[in-house]
Amino acid sequence: MEGLALDVRDVTKTFPRGGLLGLLGPRRERERIVALAGINLAVRRGEILGLLGPNGSGKSTLVRLIATLLLPDSGQITVFGHDAQREPRAVRRLINRVSADAAFFKGLTAMENLLFTARLYGLSGRTARRRASEILARLGLDGLSLHRPLEQLSRGTQQKVAIARAFLTAPVLLLLDEPTTGLDPHSRREVQRFILEVREDHDASVLLTTHAMEEAERLSDRIAIIDEGRIVACDTPTSLRERFRLNGHLPSLEEVFLALTGKPLEEERCACSVN
Amino acid sequence: MRLLRELRAAYAFIERNSNLVKRYWGWELVWLTYSIVEALAITYLGAGIGAITGQSLDTTYLILYLLVGTLVWAYLATIFDGLSEAISWERWEGTIEYTFMAPASRLSHFLGTTAFAIAYGLVRTLLILGVVALSFHLDLGRANLPGAVLVLLGGSLAFIGLGILAAILPLLFPERGEQMSYAFQALILLVSGIYYPVEVLPPWLQRLAALSPATYALQGIRAALLEGEPTAALAGELLPLVLMGLILIPSGLMAFSLAERYAKRTGRLKRSG
Repeated sequence: MEGLALDVRDVTKTFPRGGLLGLLGPRRERERIVALAGINLAVRRGEILGLLGPNGSGKSTLVRLIATLLLPDSGQITVFGHDAQREPRAVRRLINRVSADAAFFKGLTAMENLLFTARLYGLSGRTARRRASEILARLGLDGLSLHRPLEQLSRGTQQKVAIARAFLTAPVLLLLDEPTTGLDPHSRREVQRFILEVREDHDASVLLTTHAMEEAERLSDRIAIIDEGRIVACDTPTSLRERFRLNGHLPSLEEVFLALTGKPLEEERCACSVN
Repeated sequence: MRLLRELRAAYAFIERNSNLVKRYWGWELVWLTYSIVEALAITYLGAGIGAITGQSLDTTYLILYLLVGTLVWAYLATIFDGLSEAISWERWEGTIEYTFMAPASRLSHFLGTTAFAIAYGLVRTLLILGVVALSFHLDLGRANLPGAVLVLLGGSLAFIGLGILAAILPLLFPERGEQMSYAFQALILLVSGIYYPVEVLPPWLQRLAALSPATYALQGIRAALLEGEPTAALAGELLPLVLMGLILIPSGLMAFSLAERYAKRTGRLKRSG
């Protein structure tokens, strides 16, 4: 479909229960864990789609599938028209990801880690240094922190460096998997503002998973709610809340989320597609 | 343009690994000192063999024999470690998903890792040789140095292939893979005649020795350095090494690619081991 940054169609993903040896083990161990049970989801170009779901609902699995770190059992994922399975390297050039755990070579400095990533994406050292300094300054990080080993930086600062790493490669689709986890309220605000700026300045599209309802509501154009590997609702924050209005009371997003993920009646599949 | 991108990606691994060596220089110094002491201890064993047995022996040959074994193994093991630990390091630090998510090819990944491992192995081995040479008179008057270097290059090729194959283990077995690759390395050390001729091994281990590239590398380098064999006479060692390299490197890359696909199907990249 034209104008789609991300198109996820009928994607299922299961994992073996007992690991490598489990494949040969007793039948119970050969059973598979269903992580995604037929997901349909689309992100328009320039859109921020918030993905909310309880722990273990399949959010991170979906992000990993889009990031080409997992292969789906069935279904198709395309990023700006590139099939994630058939053209993984084309997809990788368009995306980057921030996860809750700031994974780095902790003995190396922030700049050394960022340079490593930049070179992996084919950037020159000069471009990488310039971009890294600019991004970190916008995230409120002083130049001194750039030249200290990551292990000497606070959790929040490490997370900012992780965010800088993702933006360094100028991705057009950003996969933000709980990006503000571990940040103080002030830093969280800075990161949120930065995400909005990047969307405006660079025409980036964003898939954002978060547990923070306020963050989802502030940043997202639309919100999809995932539960047990299925999308159970997808709409604008306002429309979602309107759907659950009861006796004149407009519920909060958290109340909507609890209603949707706590009720067995939402068993039917729901697509988060774009018309 | 694509070539430039891939070269930059390969350089990323050289630069990162160099930065890690600089950052952990204290540990590097400890390991280097340990290796030097180990080389000296083994060489002194050769020097003291007459005193141990009470017989008058020409220890010059024995010293050189043991030293060649120690140095060649130090070099080849460094290449093997550098490649086989490429995945383990990423798992320890939790960065494996970020590295595998980058648009760089796996060939560039291993090219950079190999280039660093060879440079690091050479510098380290030359430093050990330098210190040992200060303590012993090493007579290389008859040595065919170009022939020895040629065999060492052949050995490097084969060990690059083995290292890539060993890197698959931590990819498939997050918790046990690295232990398996150490066990594999220990087996090569035992059967390849690093400190003794393979003829002293029991027949079943000698059969394994015939499969180890280190056996041919050591036999060839010893023949070149100790006996001064001309390069043409080293073909019996050089050819199997080149052949092993030509088989092991592409099959290692292919096997790694299949293992990566399997890891992505089963979610094994995620676990940090």
